[in-house]
Amino acid sequence: MTDAATTSARGTTSPLISIRNLKKSFGSNQVLTDINLEVDKGEVVCVVGPSGSGKSTMLRCINTLETPTDGSIVVDGMDMTDLDLDIDAARTRIGMVFQAFNLFGHLTVRENLTVAQVKVLRRSKAEADKIAEANLAKVGLSEKIEAKPASLSGGQQQRVAIARALSMDPDVMLFDEPTSALDPETVGDVLQVMRNLADAGMTMVVVTHEMEFARQVADRVLFMDGGYVVESGPAKEIIGNPQEQRTKDFLARVLNPGQFG
Amino acid sequence: MSPTPATEDRGPTGSAASTPKKKMSKRQKAKLSRGIQYGILIVIAVVIAFVADWPTLVDTFGRLDVAIGMFPDVITKALKNTIVFTFLGFVLGLAMAIILALMRLSSIGVYRWLSFAYIEFFRGLPALVVFLVMGFGLPVAFPGFALPQLITIMIALALVGSAYMAETIRAGIQAVPKGQVEAARSLGMSSTRAMITIVLPQAMRIILPPLTNELILLTKDSSLAYILGSSVDGRELAALARAEIVNTASLTPFIVIAVCYLVITIPLSYLSRVLERKYGSSEPGGK
Repeated sequence: MTDAATTSARGTTSPLISIRNLKKSFGSNQVLTDINLEVDKGEVVCVVGPSGSGKSTMLRCINTLETPTDGSIVVDGMDMTDLDLDIDAARTRIGMVFQAFNLFGHLTVRENLTVAQVKVLRRSKAEADKIAEANLAKVGLSEKIEAKPASLSGGQQQRVAIARALSMDPDVMLFDEPTSALDPETVGDVLQVMRNLADAGMTMVVVTHEMEFARQVADRVLFMDGGYVVESGPAKEIIGNPQEQRTKDFLARVLNPGQFG
Repeated sequence: MSPTPATEDRGPTGSAASTPKKKMSKRQKAKLSRGIQYGILIVIAVVIAFVADWPTLVDTFGRLDVAIGMFPDVITKALKNTIVFTFLGFVLGLAMAIILALMRLSSIGVYRWLSFAYIEFFRGLPALVVFLVMGFGLPVAFPGFALPQLITIMIALALVGSAYMAETIRAGIQAVPKGQVEAARSLGMSSTRAMITIVLPQAMRIILPPLTNELILLTKDSSLAYILGSSVDGRELAALARAEIVNTASLTPFIVIAVCYLVITIPLSYLSRVLERKYGSSEPGGK
């Protein structure tokens, strides 16, 4: 754990996401020991670390898909752990992209992008359609608007999932290992969409194993292990010149897998 | 299609080819086996044909005049009633089953327990007992409380069907991947909204084939309505057959209603297979 975990890279305005002393246990199994993290508006934070280190759990606590055991999470001024908070309204402002895409299988791409806009945000069908079309164009899949998810490749499904989250006009996007379930040849398209999103100024928290993406796109990299943030800082420092032994070991494994294979 | 070259290819020792009389090739063995199986079938058919007392059989089950005498009532009244009873029982049962399934998955223990108890109770009872209790037990237990025949049958069928359908629906809901709910919740849908908009439609695709089977079972169970007795116009197929048997002293009405049941159930069974092919293979969740 370093102090850098709590200081954001830009640190001027109040942070968009502020996580303090977050703890999460599943029964007697403590997955998150003590997490502190602040993310500024427009910042891209990549969370890396070995599997089982609590990265995904931390991410899922941000929109309370997992209920935190202890600690506070504030997103854009909303205290996510406050029981009086309208959690459904709060979640519309936090987009999430899953490892398994989770597109609604019984709906077309268009319906996937519009269903929550219409049912949750109460947008008119026409307005929702317009927004859906614009976001689908952003991920380069305009021609697939009437397709069913099952007819798309994994990479295409993930891009649709990103467009679906964007259609809610979220303030922040959470990515939970978005490329881990993809065939290698489709990973690039998804990363490109995410890169464009980062360039457009979206605030993003990305749990990923793509070190090259983290190096190029992230403002900040968090290395987690055993429920702690072991090290955090600018991407080039963490990936290029890690200070902690655990970070060094992990990076050696993921950057030179051949040595151990 | 000579078997010899094939055996030469397959048998590296060449024994089949060199000693054809002593040892049969695999192909020859299969041919012989098939021949024996057809032979058994033919023998059985011939024995039945000779042993059976055809004139008596035809007189008992195949009296054309009796069969013709049943028309058109067997179609316009009995078949119609069977379909109406089954349909009403199925619709009410389905509605009850959805509620029971949601109770079974509820976070509130009492609901789970009540649903569990109901399902175990009605799955464990013969449908006949349910009909007897509904038809004769309740009117005795609550004097003056007499339901119309149609409602009694509808409720009895719904009680029987809902217990089975509830388990099918529960399994269907649980078969929808958890990620679907998570995605829906992450988009701001409430858990109720996610259930209605995202989970139930996908669960329905999974359970359509087994629900169709349940409809077939209910069609057959509707025959138990005959024990409740009814007016002439209220008879379904089984009740009509019983009445006709008494009137005509022939068992031919059984054959007629058997065909009527098959006219309902075979298309349903075909529909179930079509639905199975259409929805059974495609995984929910878009994967």
